[in-house]
Amino acid sequence: MMESSKGFSSPRSNGFPAGLRVLVVDDDPTWLKILEKMLKKCSYEVTTCGLARDALKLLRERKGGYDIVISDVNMPDMDGFKLLELVGLEMDLPVIMMSVDGETSRVKKGVQHGACDYLLKPIRMKELRNIWQHVFRKRIHEIKDIESHDGLEDLQVTKSGYDWVDDGHFFSGEDMLTPGKKRKDLENKHDEKDLTDPSSSAKKARVVWSVDLHQKFVRAVNQIGYDKVGPKKILDLMNVPWLTRENVASHLQKYRLYLSRLQKENDMRSSYGGMKHSDLNPQDAARASSHQNSINFQQNDATNGNSKFAGNNLLIQNLNSKNNEIDTRGTIITEQSGPGISHSLPPLEQEMKFTAFDGITPRSYPWREVPEIQFHQENAGNQPEDCFGHVAGPVGGLQNHVQVDELLPITSISSRAQLPNPIETKPLNVDYAINSFTQASPVKTRIDSFPLPTKSHMGNQQAIQPPSINTPIMESQGFNPSCITDLESSRRNFSSTPTESPFTSPDEILQVGWLQDYSTCLGLQNIEFPDFGDPTIIPGVPVHLYTALKFDYDQPSDQSELPVINQGLFIA
Amino acid sequence: MERNSQLHRQVALMRQSLFDQGYLDEQFVQLEELQDDANPNFVEEVVTLYYRDSARLIASIEQALDKSPLDFNKLDSYMHQFKGSSSSIGGRKVKAECAQFREYCRAGNGEGCIRTFQQVKREYATLRKKLETYFQLARQAGPRDSASRST
Repeated sequence: MMESSKGFSSPRSNGFPAGLRVLVVDDDPTWLKILEKMLKKCSYEVTTCGLARDALKLLRERKGGYDIVISDVNMPDMDGFKLLELVGLEMDLPVIMMSVDGETSRVKKGVQHGACDYLLKPIRMKELRNIWQHVFRKRIHEIKDIESHDGLEDLQVTKSGYDWVDDGHFFSGEDMLTPGKKRKDLENKHDEKDLTDPSSSAKKARVVWSVDLHQKFVRAVNQIGYDKVGPKKILDLMNVPWLTRENVASHLQKYRLYLSRLQKENDMRSSYGGMKHSDLNPQDAARASSHQNSINFQQNDATNGNSKFAGNNLLIQNLNSKNNEIDTRGTIITEQSGPGISHSLPPLEQEMKFTAFDGITPRSYPWREVPEIQFHQENAGNQPEDCFGHVAGPVGGLQNHVQVDELLPITSISSRAQLPNPIETKPLNVDYAINSFTQASPVKTRIDSFPLPTKSHMGNQQAIQPPSINTPIMESQGFNPSCITDLESSRRNFSSTPTESPFTSPDEILQVGWLQDYSTCLGLQNIEFPDFGDPTIIPGVPVHLYTALKFDYDQPSDQSELPVINQGLFIA
Repeated sequence: MERNSQLHRQVALMRQSLFDQGYLDEQFVQLEELQDDANPNFVEEVVTLYYRDSARLIASIEQALDKSPLDFNKLDSYMHQFKGSSSSIGGRKVKAECAQFREYCRAGNGEGCIRTFQQVKREYATLRKKLETYFQLARQAGPRDSASRST
């Protein structure tokens, strides 16, 4: 059940915390009724949802329309923790978990996934009264970061922050934001969903991790070395003026969680791990090589592409920056210099949006860095919801062999728009696809599965299960005819090195897989991330992308099998 | 009116006994505190909703208990939900039986589960009857204001 309260996007201008906009998600109607009443008594604006996907829909439709989310851990359509991750990553809202189960392990899990609090049922009203503090805290930090980044004294900032709150201008303190923030908002605006309310985003002082931004982030992380990484270092490397250390720190945390989660899933799917590179290689190699030249990055007419694949960018970036193994991430896709692969991805970025997998033609491979894959995917056309999740990429699961497969389709995906049924395909591991894509030219991609350091809570709620990588998924997938052809051809191109180690084929097109994933992501609205078991995780690949990429093999659609579909992701 | 204040006294007594006998816990008080002019029958509404919604859970558990072999994970999951729901109205005894049931689930004790489930249903039904009586009485007594106003 869903009821909306009034004033979605209007911030409260005074009387904070009164009017706090709360979204409550619980499948138990009795609790929903009780919580709603309790929150109303606290003078909050309450919206209730009985299903996680409804909640996500609401949140996405009304970006900036809510201040905080309260969700039960046990939901029928989606794991509460996944929802938590997604919300944190996509919307960057504070999320409170609830459960009748207070076991330490559960609470720990909640915290790990980013919950700012964990309430035990039965919940008292007084516990709800204070939830505003989480919103407040976040705002304060954000403002502080912005201000301090601009060189203001932290103390002053904090003080002014408090003043703002006291004056009740906090939420409407748009003018309070630094110019940088505004700049950022403008900058990010084009990356954001059309539905995003610009004014509300400006007010929120919240960093929107666009694909481009995330790409920079991942690149920086890889440059520094995942093990040695730290927010300050990343920030310095990223060289984004308006970004604050705090923004980076929190994003890094999420990224870590995401990676570790992928890793975990990767481990769980060790059976997949043996991906048959060999199977892939020959084909891939062959394909890759031939394909290379034909890869031209295309701007997909991915009309729907608004989903931004943040992951894509990242992958691409990573690949580019790392020609060699990516230590932390596992799958290293080394680029092989290939003649025609360096495509400029720029146009792709926009197109890469996950959702725009329709009609992805494997024309261009985003070999080069994936320019701007928007991190937030708004799936206009194809699976809007999970795009984000999908894009996030199945970080964990990129397996070597998978990649190969994946890569192929991806290249075709670059033409993203053409992919008829992108969404359906399971995101093979967009992650790695992305990585491969980042290679400027078809490089030898070596996909080593690397253990994901941290489970990132990439919110791919929808958990796209990466199709088993071992098999040339594309071929077997019930793929849209057009897509398939494209994919296959691209795949063929990719697998230029038949006998070599799966991923070392010179022209291995990792991206293929990557794209596939993305496309799958697009297509898979509710795709569960199959397993991050795929070893190949491209370091630096935005975790989000990976998760997004994982498609659930169980997905009914034929397409789902074809990772290629995610062409959008594939950045040649 | 004396009749009225008598009724109110009765309501109060009955309410107290529900707590004393352990049928209800603090959560019920929370519900009462939520009741106001905007929702004058809030508590009764919530209880009604609970009984309506939990009926399907009861049915699911019953079905699952009929299967062989027993799927303890599923049973535990259902009971977890049911327990959460029961906690919403403060059904203390029901909750206790739920916890017992879950223990048996974890121990893989099918017989214990079946036995305990009978208890769960019993407490569940008892509580419903008692609350129905209570609400009826409360409605009869009418709002407390009128009681005090009447001579």
